[in-house]
Amino acid sequence: MMSAGQRAYPPGQHPDLPPPAGTVGPLAWARANLLSTPFNIALTLAALGFLLWAIPPLVDWAILSADFAVHDSSRACTGAGACWAVVSNQPEQYLWGFYPADSLWRPALVALYLLGVVYVTLARRVPFRRKLLWGVAAFPFLAAWLLHGGLGLDIVSTRQWGGFLLTLVVGVTGIIASLPFGILLALGRRSELPLIRALSTGFIETIRGIPLIIFLFFASVMLPLFFPEGVSFDKLVRVLIVVVMFSGAYMAEVIRGGLQAVPRGQFEAASALGLGYWQAMGLIVLPQALRIAIPGIVNNFIALFKDTSLVAIIGLFDLLGTAQLILRNENWIAAPEEAYVFVALLFWIPCFLMSRYSLSLERRLDAAPRAVKRAPAE
Amino acid sequence: MSSSVSDTEPGRPIIEIVGMHKWFGAFHVLKDIHLTVARGERIVICGPSGSGKSTLIRCINRLEVHQRGRITVDGIELTDDLKNIDEIRREVGIVFQQFNLFPHLSILDNCLLAMTHVRKMARPQAEETAMALLERVRIPEQAHKYPGQLSGGQQQRAAIARALCMSPRIMLFDEPTSALDPEMIREVLDVMVGLAEEGMTMLVVTHEMGFARTVANRMIFMDEGEIIEEAPPQTFFENPQNERTRAFLSQILSH
Repeated sequence: MMSAGQRAYPPGQHPDLPPPAGTVGPLAWARANLLSTPFNIALTLAALGFLLWAIPPLVDWAILSADFAVHDSSRACTGAGACWAVVSNQPEQYLWGFYPADSLWRPALVALYLLGVVYVTLARRVPFRRKLLWGVAAFPFLAAWLLHGGLGLDIVSTRQWGGFLLTLVVGVTGIIASLPFGILLALGRRSELPLIRALSTGFIETIRGIPLIIFLFFASVMLPLFFPEGVSFDKLVRVLIVVVMFSGAYMAEVIRGGLQAVPRGQFEAASALGLGYWQAMGLIVLPQALRIAIPGIVNNFIALFKDTSLVAIIGLFDLLGTAQLILRNENWIAAPEEAYVFVALLFWIPCFLMSRYSLSLERRLDAAPRAVKRAPAE
Repeated sequence: MSSSVSDTEPGRPIIEIVGMHKWFGAFHVLKDIHLTVARGERIVICGPSGSGKSTLIRCINRLEVHQRGRITVDGIELTDDLKNIDEIRREVGIVFQQFNLFPHLSILDNCLLAMTHVRKMARPQAEETAMALLERVRIPEQAHKYPGQLSGGQQQRAAIARALCMSPRIMLFDEPTSALDPEMIREVLDVMVGLAEEGMTMLVVTHEMGFARTVANRMIFMDEGEIIEEAPPQTFFENPQNERTRAFLSQILSH
């Protein structure tokens, strides 16, 4: 029954009206989110107070009262603020360690190449994308050749690699290799073949139960004991294998979560159309599973990138190891804050970029109208 | 399409199931199933939920594996032999209750997928086939949309077109209208009636009894994993023999 009150419009002709005044706009937002209750007002004031207390002195120390000049010791610094000479006197060591100066065009070229690879892989529309993907696939091999040398280039031993360059080598290798490795492990763990399932599960659980640093010690100290005398793997290669295995195990669990979220009917529909296991997985299930798992995957990438700093403990001079090496010099022993802040900033930038890219990717994929309409449950 | 349905050996049954059993763990879900389907026959299977009717048709394209007995589809026996399974999957199309369209692919790509990746057809030729079939289920204008943008009825028609792209000789329908809003059931059933009129061999699990009366050559009633009764529609609806069939029919036809 319809009530008999006054109607503004005849049935079926009610237009869409704007919302009442004072419920939208910045003032309404502030009232709703910052000042809605006395407790909220107190929290807002406390947060503002904290920012006022913390930010100005930090800016003053790092920039306003800081000494940016190049000195050959932190003792030469004047002023009350930071002494950035610990960075500006030897920026090349933070960036590439002891890589020979006359071969620096090689890491520089690899860095450019890496930017190109990132662009081709991540950008939405790239001309000749298909052909360029070959360049992406060749990256690990060409980069290894350029950095290490051989085949016409001078050999630069991995012991001379250092700083941000080494951090990137470990981090990027881990990121590139751990994704496919993790996919295989996740599929293995969900396999119908008991042996494959047991192997994958055993591998994942072993790796996840033991700290990365132990595996790194294992790689640097114990692994050589297992090889016959005279046979030795480069220490960096051993570290890379450990990092890839380690992050692959974590990746596998994130991807397994994504796989579980794809309805079984998807695989069945693909098989019913005649697609084989790998076709159904590669074309139907994995694209959906990976999309669901993006936040977890990027989270792992970021964690992995930062975990690379653990290699400093077994004597590789990555970004952090280089900073520590510099701080051992008595000229710089008094400026650890500056060195660590700079190193932290260099870690933060790529991690922050990865995080932003992940968010924009999620938003982009959500904007594409791809969600299945949920039918009522069976 | 119709050429592939009507050729070769009209006498031989296209599906032959002999003494077939299936268990889910310890649960005996299909018991001693005997079923012979002639070419061009249209069979409607009904029964209470859990009676094994979906499992039965899913055994025919080996989405489910039977443990005893024999299933032969168009002369190919269903065994663990992967080559046989591949061949069966090319001959048998299936339409699911939940549509199971691929949400990350457009409707057209949903249709193209098997033609280009299983049949290895050239894309222009595959596209022509796909568009003709989308035309036939009356949604050609949706070809470049994603499944999530379509209504349930349109999605199910797209799913039918996708299955038809492989030119199957047999079409299985697993409760194709159960997940649809009432106003969309008609459009899907119309497409299925059209298929039946062209002589497609069809096995349909459904409770749409109006559809069953007009389309089926034979009705099958299942309960607790057994085929309880099998009869032409007229006999089945007007003079059911078994007590359980009568009880079931009175429940679904009472309103």
